[in-house]
Amino acid sequence: MSRLYVARNPRVAARSLDGEMMIMSGRDSTLFTLNRTATILWQAADGATPLDEIVEHKICPEFDVEPAVALHDAEALARELAGHEILQVSEQPIPPRNAPSGESR
Amino acid sequence: MPELIAEVERLSLVIEVGGMPVRVNTSDPGFLGMLQNRYTGFLSDSGQPEIEFDVDLVPPNSANPDADVHVSQRLGLWCLTRGDFRAEWEPAAGRGWIRQSANPYSIDSVLRIVHTLVLARQGGFLLHSASAIRDGKAFLFAGVSGAGKTTISRLAPPDATLLTDEISYVRRQDSGYVAFGTPFTGELAKVGENVSAPVAALYLLAQGPENRIDPIPHPEAARSLLANVLFFAEDEDLVQLAFHSALEFVSRVPVSRLTFVPDARVWELIR
Repeated sequence: MSRLYVARNPRVAARSLDGEMMIMSGRDSTLFTLNRTATILWQAADGATPLDEIVEHKICPEFDVEPAVALHDAEALARELAGHEILQVSEQPIPPRNAPSGESR
Repeated sequence: MPELIAEVERLSLVIEVGGMPVRVNTSDPGFLGMLQNRYTGFLSDSGQPEIEFDVDLVPPNSANPDADVHVSQRLGLWCLTRGDFRAEWEPAAGRGWIRQSANPYSIDSVLRIVHTLVLARQGGFLLHSASAIRDGKAFLFAGVSGAGKTTISRLAPPDATLLTDEISYVRRQDSGYVAFGTPFTGELAKVGENVSAPVAALYLLAQGPENRIDPIPHPEAARSLLANVLFFAEDEDLVQLAFHSALEFVSRVPVSRLTFVPDARVWELIR
């Protein structure tokens, strides 16, 4: 089974406000507020760490959930965020562009 | 051979909103007079305008002024279009032109758009809100149409100076924000006073059975603010700047919900 890699889309603006991660699409100005799981995924999405490692090291310790279930849900979440062009998803590591941190500013 | 080219007299005035002087050139005395009336209180004798527009007047047509605005930038040149006008502006040169019929509404829209573009790079914005100064502090009252911007403006006591009943001008300054008066009017059709003051609070308006102020968490404040910021540009960089400006604002300025009954006692809470 191939591994998935996720990276933040550098074309969105992101900022955490009182613990809520807010993201705005630069393309159409749509505003998103991420829930806790999506925020963890966003912050860990460096393009180099496989999704299963993110789930194992970042998500599972935060939630009482089976790793296999968590990975299944995380994949669905990653693809949903990719559909909104918030994240990029690939079966290959994604080279960094210009969004090295969890917040774009 | 007689000289066939007659020099057209160039008439101009400078409109200064938010401390940014914009020179407008026209060859039509009637249009100049129209602008002088429209922008009374906001005319400046600044000899160094930051932006200069040449207005090319065309015959009126049936173009729809309520059509969508398109604002895009390519190679440093902004193009602004709506049914009733077309304009270009090159920030690096500080110059541009506007093609419209002889009416004050088209150029008013162009000026609003240009101010949003300039402010976005400086951490400020235009906001759908009424605003007023009281005791040296500026208060903003934001809300969708019908929320009470006109009502709160109409109820303002004599010691409050109305900056606008419709479009507030917010500029980042030092560690805070300053609100300026604007000529951009709403239902009151009353031009604001051309003065400014530090922003003390932003109130999100709601009409209800009593007068009360309730603090709003930062994320909700940011969402509400973003919903009321005037922004037209189809430009990813500026969208990101506007986003960060709004979140920075709610981190520095108290944002509350102001529920009010429509009588003047609500102003007892605004100090």
